[in-house]
Amino acid sequence: MEFDLSNKSELAKAKRDFHPGDRIFGRALMLPAYSLLILLVAIALFLLHGAWPSIQRFGLKFVFSSTWDPVREVFGALPVIYGTIVSSSIAVLIAAPVSIGAALFLNELAPRRVSEIVGHLIEMLAAIPSVVFGLWGIFVLAPWLRSVVEPALGRFFGFLPLFQGPPYGVGMLAAGLILAIMIMPTVASISREVFHSIPRVQREAALALGATRWEMIRLAVLSGTKSGVFGAVILGLGRALGETMAVTMVIGNRSHISASLFAPAQTMASAIANEYAEATSDIHLSALVGVGLTLFVVTFIINAIARIFVWRTTLRWSAK
Amino acid sequence: MKRLVITLNLALFVFLGSFRILGAADPVLINGAGATFPYPLYSKWFSEYRKVVPEAQFNYQSIGSGGGIRQFLEKTVDFGASDAPMTEEQMKKSSIPVLHIPTTMGAVVLTYNLPGAPSLRLSGAVISDIFLGKIARWDDSRITSLNQGVELPGTAILVAHRSDGSGTTAIFTDYLSKISPEWKAKVGAGTAVNWPTGIGGKGNEGVTGIVKQSPGSIGYVELIYAANNRLPFASVRNKRNEYVIPNSKSIMAAAAGTIKAIPDDFRASITDADGKNAYPISGFTYLLVRETLLKPKGPYIQRFLKWAMTDGQNYAEALHYAPLPKALIQKIEAKINGIRFE
Repeated sequence: MEFDLSNKSELAKAKRDFHPGDRIFGRALMLPAYSLLILLVAIALFLLHGAWPSIQRFGLKFVFSSTWDPVREVFGALPVIYGTIVSSSIAVLIAAPVSIGAALFLNELAPRRVSEIVGHLIEMLAAIPSVVFGLWGIFVLAPWLRSVVEPALGRFFGFLPLFQGPPYGVGMLAAGLILAIMIMPTVASISREVFHSIPRVQREAALALGATRWEMIRLAVLSGTKSGVFGAVILGLGRALGETMAVTMVIGNRSHISASLFAPAQTMASAIANEYAEATSDIHLSALVGVGLTLFVVTFIINAIARIFVWRTTLRWSAK
Repeated sequence: MKRLVITLNLALFVFLGSFRILGAADPVLINGAGATFPYPLYSKWFSEYRKVVPEAQFNYQSIGSGGGIRQFLEKTVDFGASDAPMTEEQMKKSSIPVLHIPTTMGAVVLTYNLPGAPSLRLSGAVISDIFLGKIARWDDSRITSLNQGVELPGTAILVAHRSDGSGTTAIFTDYLSKISPEWKAKVGAGTAVNWPTGIGGKGNEGVTGIVKQSPGSIGYVELIYAANNRLPFASVRNKRNEYVIPNSKSIMAAAAGTIKAIPDDFRASITDADGKNAYPISGFTYLLVRETLLKPKGPYIQRFLKWAMTDGQNYAEALHYAPLPKALIQKIEAKINGIRFE
């Protein structure tokens, strides 16, 4: 049998008809793929349904007003949206350079034994339950921030509104740091995999052309893995956005927007975790589901932006 | 080979034996859910009660009062449990008449982190102004005048409160709303409120964590939690201008002092109680049951409630809860005896 492989539809047909077993297998795999999609839609619908009373009552004000008062049944999610985005941004700003650097070192510079052992240890960090991070945050990180780091930041950078106000220890900064530590293993191990995927010959070619170590890393490793590393950072960001337990334990839980990183704040996930169990009025419950919906949408938007970003960088790259 | 046979016989014997035990009386599984505050007492009750009525098996999930009320209204559990009584709105929403059975009492105490852990004296007005952020320093004259002879530092007060919705917060804010018109107007009472100042910790352990880690902080936790963790706590001025240390006796005094005012359905607040040695930040916790219980579980629930009012009360004090006053128990028992079945 001969096919005109340049004709796309014929090629597809050829692939389809090749084996009945392939067809059955293909169909069978379609089921889990589509069921994931259906699950996503079902979750969105559930959230929309649950949040409907608060959407009707508050409308868009829900995401733009900043009072959260369960007693008077006034609910505005702006402070928790702000808290989520800022704490996750701090986490990414700290975690991304550290973990990409660690991945580069382990993959390109470190002796093999060191790279293996340290690599495993970093991955083990990902297996620690978040409540353990939270406890460590309360008992070790927060007191250290309160007595050492925050006073120092206040003294030297106190002219910035970011570092003003009394040092509490717990607060936005503590949450950002805990999140940074929590997402580091994710970002580092994925970046490592990505760097690992660059064929050895490419590195050797760069070195053979007289490149220094740094030039080799820049030309042969980094430039080809931009989108992959970016994807790793986005996965880390995703974890930071949704992290609940550890953040709740160190962020100070106050629905209030403050320029200072020392001040207590609240994230969307921690607001839900804090109040869901004891919310008795319908509108309070609905507002909490509304926060869940907002988190869903925010995560979706951030992921979409990241996706577009990755597409554009890879496109520009392939165009070169 | 012989050993294998013996082992198999033994296994068979044990296996059949387990069936015999189950067969003796069919277990009645009674499901409940709700408040976390009375959970240590309830789990003690359920395990003790199994010695009395072995076939009654209680399964209690301490998911929080709000969840308890919700599950009870949705009829997914046989009884609910809540620290705060159901509101009028919730009662109206219920398709079935609800009985509130007070089971025990607890108190909310103010714990703090000050050098030397002195025993503080506080009044309701001072507490509410601290939590409003109006008294911001420990050497404020309004605090020092209540605590002559105590050396208080000239540092800022850091307020710690519960971030999760909680019956503890409900009792505390109910008290502040009674004491301070400003608190009532600005903040109000509820399981979760819009705090004017301070930082929030999740659960008693979260608040305790903040207080223990932050010099100059003050927070509120359940008496049981504070007692078990040996935290310092303040004595609070009551209606009769006495400074009262929270403990089982002073909580009982609060209930005894308000007993005439407690309505027929027991949905009452006993904060700011008028009574000798009454600790003013005290509260009941309730079991929620249907007024007409369903067979076949109904009689078991009724029998358990009767036991809880008599023998059950003896377990309270050892766990730092306060037993209900005798006069109140009589009223509750009359209510329990009036339960019908269908």
